Amino acid sequence: MPNFGPSDYVQLLLAGLSTGSIYVLIGLGLITIYNVTGVVNLAQGEFVMLGAMVAVSLYRAGLPLAVSGLVSVACVVVVGLVVHRLTIRPARQATDVTMIIITIGTSIAVRGLALWIWGTTAYSLPDFSPGPPVALWGAVVGRQRLWIMGTAGVVLLLVHTFFQYTLLGKAVRACAINRRAAQILGVNPEAMAALAYGLGAALSAVAGIVIAPLTLVSYDMGLTLGLKGFVVAIMGGLTNMPAAVIGGLLLGVLEAFSSALLTSGLKDGIAFLALLVVLLVRTIQLRPLRAAWPLARRT
Amino acid sequence: MKRSLFVFLIVSCLLAVSAGCSAKPEPSDETSTTGTPYKIGVIVSVTGAASTLGEPERDAATMLQKQLDAAGGITDKDGVLHPIELIIQDTQGSSDVALPIVKKLIDDGVVAIVGPSTSYESMALIPVVQEARVTLVSMASSGDIVNPVSARWWVFKVAQSNEHTSPWQVRYAKAKGYTRIANLYVNNAYGEDGADAIRQTVAAEGLEIVLEETFGADDKDMTAQITKIKASGAEAVLVTAIPPAAAIFTKQYRELGVDLPLLHNSGIAMPTFVDLAGSANAEGVIFPMGKLVAVDALPDDDPQKQVLQQFVTDFTDYTGKAPSHFAAHGWDAIQLVLAALGRMSDGLTLDEQRVLLRDELERTKDFVGLDGVFNLTPVDHVGLSEDDIVLVRIKDGVWEYFPQEQW
Repeated sequence: MPNFGPSDYVQLLLAGLSTGSIYVLIGLGLITIYNVTGVVNLAQGEFVMLGAMVAVSLYRAGLPLAVSGLVSVACVVVVGLVVHRLTIRPARQATDVTMIIITIGTSIAVRGLALWIWGTTAYSLPDFSPGPPVALWGAVVGRQRLWIMGTAGVVLLLVHTFFQYTLLGKAVRACAINRRAAQILGVNPEAMAALAYGLGAALSAVAGIVIAPLTLVSYDMGLTLGLKGFVVAIMGGLTNMPAAVIGGLLLGVLEAFSSALLTSGLKDGIAFLALLVVLLVRTIQLRPLRAAWPLARRT
Repeated sequence: MKRSLFVFLIVSCLLAVSAGCSAKPEPSDETSTTGTPYKIGVIVSVTGAASTLGEPERDAATMLQKQLDAAGGITDKDGVLHPIELIIQDTQGSSDVALPIVKKLIDDGVVAIVGPSTSYESMALIPVVQEARVTLVSMASSGDIVNPVSARWWVFKVAQSNEHTSPWQVRYAKAKGYTRIANLYVNNAYGEDGADAIRQTVAAEGLEIVLEETFGADDKDMTAQITKIKASGAEAVLVTAIPPAAAIFTKQYRELGVDLPLLHNSGIAMPTFVDLAGSANAEGVIFPMGKLVAVDALPDDDPQKQVLQQFVTDFTDYTGKAPSHFAAHGWDAIQLVLAALGRMSDGLTLDEQRVLLRDELERTKDFVGLDGVFNLTPVDHVGLSEDDIVLVRIKDGVWEYFPQEQW
């Protein structure tokens, strides 16, 4: 057991929260897409990678950092729309399993394309605001980590406002709740599905860009991140955004503490252990519900 | 119509195949002074997690192939010219990919195999080449690749071992009067080997290891490990890792404000390290490596100076990039095999070639390479010494030769 003081725990907590914020962004993208289109998009991690990679390329081409970031998000949104139009929409009558396989295929294809374009080299973005780390409750926090948490917070607020208070957001939610009813009321579900895909892609791209200075960027970074985002989405039952936010932050903190207090080799295992636990607990929880609700039992 | 076209295709395919078969056993023109062509398998991880190693190694191989083609091959001790074919294959940094590639190369009649790029692939290949009785000259650095020699009869390597480089990390700490050491390493064969070498030297020098920690080769967040370093009371931090993990570690080490001296191992000796970690973060990092880095600062009477300068010029002309020491490993591995082939005679069967090549490699004496001056023996399949190593310090993003007087 290492000899940790209180400030060390704060340090780990902050590291966990910043990593967790990234997982939350990715998880929310997954949930948005799932709710409107019914697709569990396992290619979500590739949007993260694309966001980071495009930003790096633009920045290296000489654009200012902020412009690179914004243009990159726009590019990834376009990619998201294209992916939706080319792979999801034509197969919208297919079964869930087929859909998942399609997204896995997309993920592999995008990764292959990225390998072809950028090669295997790892790239880096400069810190958004370079400078010495900030002291916080005895711990030191890199400025980039503050950027990550801040960006995640702002994005969450924007997403919340969009879904709760704008007509368009309400239309997307209506589609998620009852597609047919929404259609009758004049909402175009295909447009909403495309919108959801674009939004999901944007969330992931933002995640990729803000972590790029901290963790470096390579063509294969999306896989692990996408899986972590998936774990987070599952924690929210694939539908519950607030639960996913809490789950994502918890996962980040859990990873940080387990690798410090137990052994660092366990870190990735923790996420999937959490996934197993959540799935098991959910299954057990749902059983009495089903018993009490005859409609559900029939299905 | 369609059917006849199909039949035509089949027939022409068969003809092509049989033509290929019948052409094979025909001996090459015996009357000229051209001897048996030698095929050498070059297996490097051009893609995958170890691509920063494999790419320059491949470039060194293609550059050598170009030079060999221009010269028509190598001349053996009897003046017979042997064309050389380097068969370059990508292992993707994976033992699972490397194994079938090696088996295929052996079936295809290569006289030796150089590579692979990483220690863990090398370890996985040892039983295969031992059984097939084909020489493997690894470009990876772990000492376990060639030790014990009795069980590694067919295996050699050119990269400086951690047993040559790690002592320099400890030696520096000792010279500066630091006694409490943190020993950090990436959790694969390379990292464990380095950590082990550090443990041994630390014990021999009478210092103390106060913390041992590992991280994964593709870990993105090392806050936990670095927090432990801060809590451990260490005076110097010794790391065995390669980028990107080593770069991420360095970045977060600075971010968390640790101001203990940071000593990496030779695994970070590639230009991408500074790019990835950021010049400000890499500032002051010290690491041991071969003399390639110090080429301009070496005294003129250094035996390697001329070879190193020539290589730097050639490689920079060929690729447009300065060579990393991985390019040097690739060059050395192939050159050692070529030199040994040059000491053999023509007219041997493939099995005889393979056996004799192994024996000749083991008899390599005073071969001036890029990684050092090689003196191989039946008990030393590396042939380098600690004298082939220098310490380097990163200053303003550039590697700077860090001679003992400046410590």
